[in-house]
Formats: sequence, C-alpha cells, structure tokens
Amino acid sequence: MTVAIPTSLAEAARLLGEEPDAMLLAGGTDAMVEVNDGHRRPADLVIALNRVTDLRSWRHDPEARTVTIGAGVTYTELMDPAIADLVPALAEASRTVGSPQIRNAGTLGGNLGTCSPAGDGLPVLAALDSRIRLVSATGERTIPVREFMVGVKRTALEPGELIAEIELPLLDGWQGYAKVGVRNAMVIAVASTCLAVDRLRETVSIALGSVGPTIVRCDTAEQLLASAVDWQNMSLTADTLNDVRVLVSAASTPITDHRSTAEYRGHAVGVLAGRLTRRAFTIDGATE
Amino acid sequence: MTNQFFTLTVNGTDHEVADSWLGESLLDVLRDRIGLMGSKGACTQGECGSCSVLVDGRLVCSCLVMGATAVGQEITTIEGVAPVGAPSDVQQAFVDAGAVQCGFCTPGLVMAVHDLLERSGSPTDTEIREELAGNVCRCTGYGRIIDAVRQVSVNRSSPDEGTS
Repeated sequence: MTVAIPTSLAEAARLLGEEPDAMLLAGGTDAMVEVNDGHRRPADLVIALNRVTDLRSWRHDPEARTVTIGAGVTYTELMDPAIADLVPALAEASRTVGSPQIRNAGTLGGNLGTCSPAGDGLPVLAALDSRIRLVSATGERTIPVREFMVGVKRTALEPGELIAEIELPLLDGWQGYAKVGVRNAMVIAVASTCLAVDRLRETVSIALGSVGPTIVRCDTAEQLLASAVDWQNMSLTADTLNDVRVLVSAASTPITDHRSTAEYRGHAVGVLAGRLTRRAFTIDGATE
Repeated sequence: MTNQFFTLTVNGTDHEVADSWLGESLLDVLRDRIGLMGSKGACTQGECGSCSVLVDGRLVCSCLVMGATAVGQEITTIEGVAPVGAPSDVQQAFVDAGAVQCGFCTPGLVMAVHDLLERSGSPTDTEIREELAGNVCRCTGYGRIIDAVRQVSVNRSSPDEGTS
C-alpha cells in the first residue's frame, strides 16, 4: 500500500489516471470511519487530496454571477462571512455539519464524493442547480449536480475522474437550510430541506435530503410557488403555504431505518419546507 | 512516495514511524507507534472528540486522519500543550473547577478549549456549548467544564486579577 500526497490537481489526476482503482481521500470524515470499522479496505494506492492547492480555494465572478468552490474547501471555510454573504444557505448547511473538528476536516467535494442522501451540503447544491467540474488525466467535463448524484452513495464519476470544483449561481433572494435530527449538534440529518428564492426569474427551488435515494427536488411545489407568489410584495397566502407543505411531503420517498421512520421523515420535510417558506415570504392572512 | 517508513512532526519533534499499516489512523500512530498516549480513542468515528489534536493549527479528530497523510504537517497533541508538572491555564482551570472526573475526555476537551479560546476570547455559554459539541463527557454533565472555560476567559482578559 502506498499513500500519495499530491500538491496539484494535475498531479492528482495523473496518479488517478495511472491507477483508477485508487482510493481518493479528502477530509477523511466519511472514509476513515469505514476504514476504522474494517468496512472498507484502502486500495493499494491512497491519494490524499488535502494538500492539492488547486482544490483548496474559491472565487467569486461578479459578471457571471457565480461562486466557484474548490472541492477541498472545508465546511469551516464555507461558514466564512465572505462566502456566507454570497451563498447563505450553503453556510447554514455547513454550520449544521458535525462538530468544529469535523467541519475543519470535511470538504464540500467529499460530501459530493460520498453522495449520501443525508449529506448536508447536497440539498443546497441541488436547490441552486450547481454544476460540478470533473477532471481526469485526459480531460474534463462539467455536469449539473442532478446528473452527478445517481443514487445512494452512487455518483456519475467515471474511473479516473475526480471532483475539482462546484459552481454555484448567485441568486437575488432569500435562501436557507433547515434540518431535523435527534439533537442540535453532531447529528446526521433525519430529514433536511433547502429553499432558495430567485427574484429575477421569479422562481423558488426546494430540495430535500434524507428522504430518498438521493436529493429530491420538489417540482410541483416549485411550480405552485412560482405562480402563486405575489412577486411585487413577496407574499403568498396561507392556503398556498399549506399546499406547499402537502406537496413537499408528497414529493418525498423516504424509507424507515435505524434513524427514523418513513412516515416521520415525510411529515418532517413538509414542516421544514413550510418553515423556510414563511421565512422567505410574507404570509397573507396568516393566523399562526 | 512509497512510505512503509514515514516521519511525523509531533510537538516539534520528528518521529520515524516504521512497520505501521499505512491505513492506520493518526490516533493509532500517535499511541501505538510513537507512544504518545495522551490522545484517547473511544468511538473511532469522529463522534466523541477524545482524540482531538491540532494538525497545522486546525483542531481535528486524529481518528479520522490517515496517519501517513500527515507527513510534513505540524501535529500538536495534549503532550505538546504544556510540560508535565506545569499545566496550561486551561488544564489548571479544569482542575480548579472540578471539570475532571474520570478524565478520559479531558485531553480532547483541553485541546478543544485551547482552540476555542484562540478563536474567540470571551465566548458566551451558548458559543461554548456549540463549540464543544464534538467532545463528549459522560461524567460531568458539562456544567463544570463550562465553568472552567469561563474562568480561563475571565483570567485571560484580566491577567492582573488572575488567581494567585
């Protein structure tokens, strides 16, 4: 067994190209749990990504109205006000991840690479229609996050490809992330929801975590909101709010496992979506 | 790099690590190869914080770091916080406040409290609880740990009025 510690993306891609079965190790917060438990045997080559400088930075393009985040940027770094001001939902989701120790190590690229339906960053990436840049020794391609996330811990990564960057559009409008777990800290999401408003296009996106094999987008609730919101006053009716809750619950396809029941998860995402909708809009005739 | 042998820099000293399995966690390397037994292992999944160390100044769970990937980085363990017999202000405050009972979580908590107080000089109780959420203590109920953090915070902001 060999551990490689490349310092550039080109070097990491070359090593992976020579040995496509190599194990990629980002922050280690998922992979090392499996290694420690004996559930995963590291490959003959482990490529540590934590010192690939190309992956460790982010940039803001005001003209394109995008933020592009290197796959190796940690949750702690995503909570930095400079990023939080641009993509508030991503900072909120990052703050709910594990503990300071976990947030100092875990990365957004690692969240995508693991592709757990409970990954806290993923509903945000889905709601914002982010684009994922994948790099290999022979080329690169950029795909929508919806196409990247294939199933439970399954991604569209081809052999020899690694996640380089995540490109997020900057939206004009409120966005937020909410999560249910058995306590406030150090908890894997039982159910989670991201809601993002785009005032320019007059659309609302809603994405759900932990209620399906991968992140779920709520197309019917989104269509309802786009047409039912009073975009001048940024308001909607209490009836619409109620319909959003019902449609979001209906869009979920949760399972029962050791962390929760399908019934509770389906209910919880409806409550979370309702809560986020009330934060984003004024509710006309609200009595609660 | 073919690294059946590698060198880790722990508390300012280089340690040759030989004959380890390269998939081993930094925690296991520290304890079983280098012989620094201060960092504790309990959950081995990043939940308990008893293995907390600094790697290049960042607080992490050493059980979730593959040891051989920390080559060339500055690792600080509880043994590097203060010499034996001369406790740091955080360690002394833990003793004074009665924040140590069985003591198993204490090294990880001391590392986390030093890190917290480096970043935030006078945290509120809520901030203390949130920042220490990754360090589990099954004895104290946390009250006296929070007392200890408050005591250090006060002492550091008014050094002249510190305990004699």
